Amino acid sequence: MLSANMVELAYLVASVLIIFALKGLASPASARRGNAFGMLGMGIAALVTLQLDAVQNYAWIVAAIAIGGLIGGVVARKVPMTHMPQTVAFMHSLVGLAAVLIAVSACYDPVAYGIANAQGGLYLASRVELFLGTFIGAITFTASLIAFGKLQGLLSGRPLQFSGQHLLNLVLGVVMIGSGIMFCVSGAWLPFLIMLAVALVLGVLLIVPIGGADMPVIVSMLNSYSGWAAAGIGFTLGNNMLIIAGALVGSSGAILSYIMCKAMNRSLFNVLLGGFGGDAAAASAAGGEVVERPVKSGAAEDAAFMIGNARSVVIIPGYGLAVARAQHALKEMVDVLLKQGVDVKFAIHPVAGRMPGHMNVLLAEADVPYDIVFEMDEINSEFADTDVALVIGANDVVNPAAKTDPASPIYGMPILEASKAKHVIVVKRSLAAGYAGLDNDLFYMDQTMMLFADAKKACEAIVQALD
Amino acid sequence: MNIDAVENAAQAAQDGAADPIVLSVTVFVLAIIVGYHVVWNVTPALHTPLMSVTNAISSIIIVGALLAAGPLEMNLATVLGLIAVGLASVNIFGGFMVTQRMLAMFKKRT
Repeated sequence: MLSANMVELAYLVASVLIIFALKGLASPASARRGNAFGMLGMGIAALVTLQLDAVQNYAWIVAAIAIGGLIGGVVARKVPMTHMPQTVAFMHSLVGLAAVLIAVSACYDPVAYGIANAQGGLYLASRVELFLGTFIGAITFTASLIAFGKLQGLLSGRPLQFSGQHLLNLVLGVVMIGSGIMFCVSGAWLPFLIMLAVALVLGVLLIVPIGGADMPVIVSMLNSYSGWAAAGIGFTLGNNMLIIAGALVGSSGAILSYIMCKAMNRSLFNVLLGGFGGDAAAASAAGGEVVERPVKSGAAEDAAFMIGNARSVVIIPGYGLAVARAQHALKEMVDVLLKQGVDVKFAIHPVAGRMPGHMNVLLAEADVPYDIVFEMDEINSEFADTDVALVIGANDVVNPAAKTDPASPIYGMPILEASKAKHVIVVKRSLAAGYAGLDNDLFYMDQTMMLFADAKKACEAIVQALD
Repeated sequence: MNIDAVENAAQAAQDGAADPIVLSVTVFVLAIIVGYHVVWNVTPALHTPLMSVTNAISSIIIVGALLAAGPLEMNLATVLGLIAVGLASVNIFGGFMVTQRMLAMFKKRT
């Protein structure tokens, strides 16, 4: 049994190691070593806690860790990279649920945690902390489950809206906070359970009105919540390790949400209100103002001819690439082009896909070297010198209306300026509108050729035609 | 007047030290600032691994779960704690391993 001072110092070492884990992610070269630091930190924190006098129930604890670890390990090995967004959402929900279980356990038996007052009840400060930890954990749990369902396709990705939705959420929020305050004052079970139940329902209601393509923001936000929930439990237990790790995760998720919102030129509040995409589509359908405009379409052979003869090609992947699982076929095409001396680069929009960095991971999985993959700010100035911009399964992120049409709902959103390239090839299954429900002027421009096909089949056909 | 608050205040006055919660808040605020600076330096290409590793890190909550599951005498509190230990373990192993798997894919041009 280590002394209390040694325990605190070991937690400090673990905290520093975890900070290094995040610091390593500054570049792919240092990231793996960083991840090893993270594992080491987590291992130290767990072992130090296990040797505390308060922890005696070893047989059961080891069994729980073994079962959980086995499940986690199998999932980590088997899950396809295209399924990362829902996997991450599911894991957030587990953190939320664990936080709720710990909070309930602490309320039930405060003596075991050493946080009881002389009467065996909870101090006021502990009650406030438990209230915060529980409701954040509960909202994280159910909200992440709904996000998982939407990303996995178990639930419709369309926003679900009904009248009085925001009023209902407001009322529930007031009830939740009210019963939370009653719990803080009285320490009674009933208001605690009401608060918990309402928070669980609220988590569901907050996410149902949010559509699929807003998921990068939502997954980041839930990432942030899971950190705050851990920090909340850390306050209850007076444990600095939990507070530090929770705060790191909380700020990380908050920064990611901010970056995602900025990349869509929307406020977090606007995203949370939900319903984006549904309205615009309904309006244009009702208005009947959709004019049939001529588009140029071509076959894979035409596309192969164009990119085969180009000096420079910039490929813009989007969610359609993930849906079609076309990353490997695309890589084959890139290999052929590189061999023929074509300068190939990738351009990634921050909100392409369903979570931050989604496209980068898919390309990495297909062995695309990361030094030909560029962020929006790095590559936008190069489109004017690009022979062919090849858009695969992306739509709103290349819509010129974001720059030119102040009436457009996406006006002001930063876009990849594909329209400046000499030729544009858009691989898309149909002319259907993108997530925002908008028509895309890029498709009708003179230099644009549409290739109507599934992303994977299109890439395979182009490879064949190139040979 | 709340009895707990009086007790807290009396105890704090007795040993002349700051309330533990104040120290916790200090640590919390400083950790947020560290997190802010470290995370802004993360390259956007690694945002997905960032999410999966922070997922594993937030499962540090296992420290709380172990305390909940700790007592030998089993009751509702211990059982809930054990479930929480299991859930956090899924995340710790799953989160770090999937991050490792992703990071191993990021390669330079050869």
